[in-house]
Amino acid sequence: MFADYTWTELGSIFAMQGFAGLILFSVFVLMALGLAIIFGQMGVINMAHGEFMILGAYVTYLCSNFVEAFVPALFGVYFFFAMILAFFTAGALGALVEWSMIRHLYRRPLDTLLATWGLSLILQQAYRSIFGAREVGVTLPDWLLGSVPLTDIIEIPINGIFVMVLTLVIAVSVYFLMFRSRTGMQSRAVVQNRVMAGAVGINTEKVDRMTFALGCGIAGVAGSAFTMIGSTGPTAGQLYIVDTFLIVVFGGAASLLGTIASSFAISQAQSTMEFFLSGSMAKVLTLLTVVGILMLRPEGLFSAKIRR
Amino acid sequence: MINLKSFMARQDVLALLILAALLFVVMPMSMDIFRLNLIGKYLTYAFVAIGLVLCWGKGGILSLGQGVFFGLGGYCMAMYLKLESSTPEATAIQSTPGIPDFMDWNQITELPWFWEPFNSLTFTLVAILVVPALFAFIIGAAMFKRRVGGVYFAIITQAIAAILTILIIGQQGYTGGVNGITDLRTLKGWDIRSDDAKYVLYFLNGALLLGVLVLCQFVLKSKLGRLLVALRDKEDRVRFSGYDVANFKIFVFCFAAVLSAIGGAMFTLQVGFMSPSFVGIVPSIEMVIFCAVGGRLSIFGAVYGTLLVNWAKTTFSETFPELWLFGLGALFIAVVLVFPNGLSGLYRSYLAPHVDRWIFRKPPEGGSSGADPLDTPAFEPEPAARPAE
Amino acid sequence: MNTVTNNTDFLLAIENLTVSFDGFKAVNDLNLYVDENEIHVIIGPNGAGKTTVLDLICGRTKATDGSIKFRNRELTEMREHEIVREGVGRKFQNPSIYEDLTVFENLELSFPRGRSVWGALSFQRDAEVTGRVREIAEMVFLDTLLDMQAALLSHGQKQWLEIGMLLIQDPELLMLDEPVAGMSVSERKQTAKLLNEITKGRSVMVVEHDMKFVEDIAHRVTVLHQGKILSEGSMAKVQSDPKVIDVYLGH
Ligand SMILES: Nc1ncnc2c1ncn2[C@@H]1O[C@H](COP(=O)(O)OP(=O)(O)OP(=O)(O)O)[C@@H](O)[C@H]1O
Ligand SMILES: [Mg+2]
Repeated sequence: MFADYTWTELGSIFAMQGFAGLILFSVFVLMALGLAIIFGQMGVINMAHGEFMILGAYVTYLCSNFVEAFVPALFGVYFFFAMILAFFTAGALGALVEWSMIRHLYRRPLDTLLATWGLSLILQQAYRSIFGAREVGVTLPDWLLGSVPLTDIIEIPINGIFVMVLTLVIAVSVYFLMFRSRTGMQSRAVVQNRVMAGAVGINTEKVDRMTFALGCGIAGVAGSAFTMIGSTGPTAGQLYIVDTFLIVVFGGAASLLGTIASSFAISQAQSTMEFFLSGSMAKVLTLLTVVGILMLRPEGLFSAKIRR
Repeated sequence: MINLKSFMARQDVLALLILAALLFVVMPMSMDIFRLNLIGKYLTYAFVAIGLVLCWGKGGILSLGQGVFFGLGGYCMAMYLKLESSTPEATAIQSTPGIPDFMDWNQITELPWFWEPFNSLTFTLVAILVVPALFAFIIGAAMFKRRVGGVYFAIITQAIAAILTILIIGQQGYTGGVNGITDLRTLKGWDIRSDDAKYVLYFLNGALLLGVLVLCQFVLKSKLGRLLVALRDKEDRVRFSGYDVANFKIFVFCFAAVLSAIGGAMFTLQVGFMSPSFVGIVPSIEMVIFCAVGGRLSIFGAVYGTLLVNWAKTTFSETFPELWLFGLGALFIAVVLVFPNGLSGLYRSYLAPHVDRWIFRKPPEGGSSGADPLDTPAFEPEPAARPAE
Repeated sequence: MNTVTNNTDFLLAIENLTVSFDGFKAVNDLNLYVDENEIHVIIGPNGAGKTTVLDLICGRTKATDGSIKFRNRELTEMREHEIVREGVGRKFQNPSIYEDLTVFENLELSFPRGRSVWGALSFQRDAEVTGRVREIAEMVFLDTLLDMQAALLSHGQKQWLEIGMLLIQDPELLMLDEPVAGMSVSERKQTAKLLNEITKGRSVMVVEHDMKFVEDIAHRVTVLHQGKILSEGSMAKVQSDPKVIDVYLGH
């Protein structure tokens, strides 16, 4: 299948697809980070994760419209407020959901799966009722439009670069929050031994709620970033949920580094294959490979050895 | 010969009779053929839900990919019917007559090799049972031998459902794509679209369903049924009692897959088409909710749960399409948080004691009256309180 | 102590057994022998590797090195259910019974017949099964509770039920991990009696912290410390060993 292309052409194809893959990689990482906290650290299956992300996207959309209409002077930087707002909105909804549903289900992971699926249906319908079934997009400020030419055939869009930088910043903050801060340590302690953590004076209920809210908040930020490279519809979240879960499982559920590595592998495989096969076959092959590997190596790429 | 009494208690016989009366007398007498056909369609999902009772309710193995097996059964049937209605005469206007129309539209000029054997009805009927069983066996063997279970199994089966859907939609030329295999007309020359045929198929479907219920009752009342419950609770203890645990899980997963496939095949026959919209993530997880509403531990409950949810879906989405998704979502949440034992749980706690008293003239027993210990809630038990040291 | 022996003398012969978890050797070059009809007790401080030794014998943990021979058959290569079928029974540290089933069903499932899928489907609850279940239930003091759901038993009764589930398999080697943990004094006495009774015709390995109980039952005691044998012999000998007093009994 490579025969029809010259080497330079192939080189640029790989570079372009590689870059498209990097954007996909950023989206995957952003979505998977929140899930890696909720699923990997807490063991909760949040099927509504995609909808939390979409919530962030809609918040950004509302912000963009609001700023454009009322304070156009700030339009160049509205995006940063929008992201913070998205984080807190999604986080607050997350805390509410944890309080009303999840906390009753910590010992029944399969039931969480069903309950959060129900939540995802409700949220989807709510978005449809409020924002309509059509996809909406945000207006980007000028400085994010356009692209940087790298060579005469390869061009890199600025919004793509911005999303990547954003991903990097968020990933690093999550790492520090979960593995270097006191809050993160407490949350991991609770996950590993709830009773013990409670006994040494950690308020486990509060930590659970905060951790869950944090994961949802990150999903909100992911959704916010998502608006820069695509439009948002009520069911957009569901499109990604399977991929995201596979990424987290493939990476080894408890490992942040694994999540990032597997996001990278999956996004690159998919976008490179996409050029040569149809989009759907690329996706089938990618997912099939991942499922195949998981069947041979259920613990994922990076696994912690734990006592059964 | 296995003694029927040994696995059908009086309550079970009664439940079976009531269901039979409902399906064979009440429904046909009170509904026109359109509605009856709709009920028949719902009942094909009940096969899936019953399989989930065994697999998930009893054995604790949640598969989010049952639509895959439903689809495999349905597609096998549809391929046969499609070939029958694609005779060279009937398809004379195509550029390649004698192959299904959607292949022709997709510039395929020859029947693909895997379609060939579906010219035979015998092969098709065998395939409906064997293909899903084989597929389930491969998945089950790969996962259970490596002790993958619980949420990982759920996520991976869900991914498989997603993969198969994308594949079917992507390979339109071979599968009919997103529209599926449509315009199915006859079975061995018998017009399946006529009202008479719909009646016959409805009764056939009902009879199959009752047969499956008896079979499942037998499995559940055998030692294997109790082993499933034991597995759900203490897998290691079963293993260290000398059982090869993976084999039991593979068995029940394959069994549930075959049941789903029978449902799928009956669906194709009654509805007249098969499409990827019955294969993917969404239908698969909805089938879980049919089972959960019925009460996840009761095979009869699964049938009623399926009927109830589908009836609600049809009624609501006709009148308030907006509200239906809210309703379905709320149902998922409620069935987990508020009534985890579903319809059968409600029946057991409120109606069963009276029924037992009136019909069997049995004095109500103290405490757990008539409750089958196998049907206790599926919660992981609370941690055994450590006694004071 | 034990030089390389002709294994046939022993029911169980563990030689040079090592297991390391990411470099940490939980069991380190261990040699241990169990005679026929012997009650062999393993004691030692928390984390000494006692449970791990039992895990290794019954195949729950795979050995890094060394051999475990049961009646001269190598166990380290076998899968868990095969080891059970060889005649090794194992009780877990936390009572591990099927809470949703009745006492009768718990025992019945452990009855060694119909262990394949088809065997389980065609299994009949015949007179042999019921008779055996009643016999065992009586031994473990549960004969009046056969129809009770196992979740409703007291902690001590659960421990007994699990012992009963092992007895019904009639293993030649029975391994019990802390069988009296969490039992009342009278329950302990009853359990000691039970153990003395069930060892007739089989060997038993017991892990226990309760010294009084160990004294009651042990024929031979092995003290483990950091995955190695610290001392071995009769209870009296072990109790007077200064090394043992220092690391275990002292405090
Ligand atoms: N799968 C495993 N992975 C890592 N470490 C393990 C594993 N299994 C056991 N260990 C370690 O091996 C050591 C021995 O554990 P073991 O449970 O055998 O001790 P024990 O003697 O039974 O203690 P206790 O009296 O508390 O029951 C412990 O330090 C434990 O943490
Ligand atoms: Mg121990």
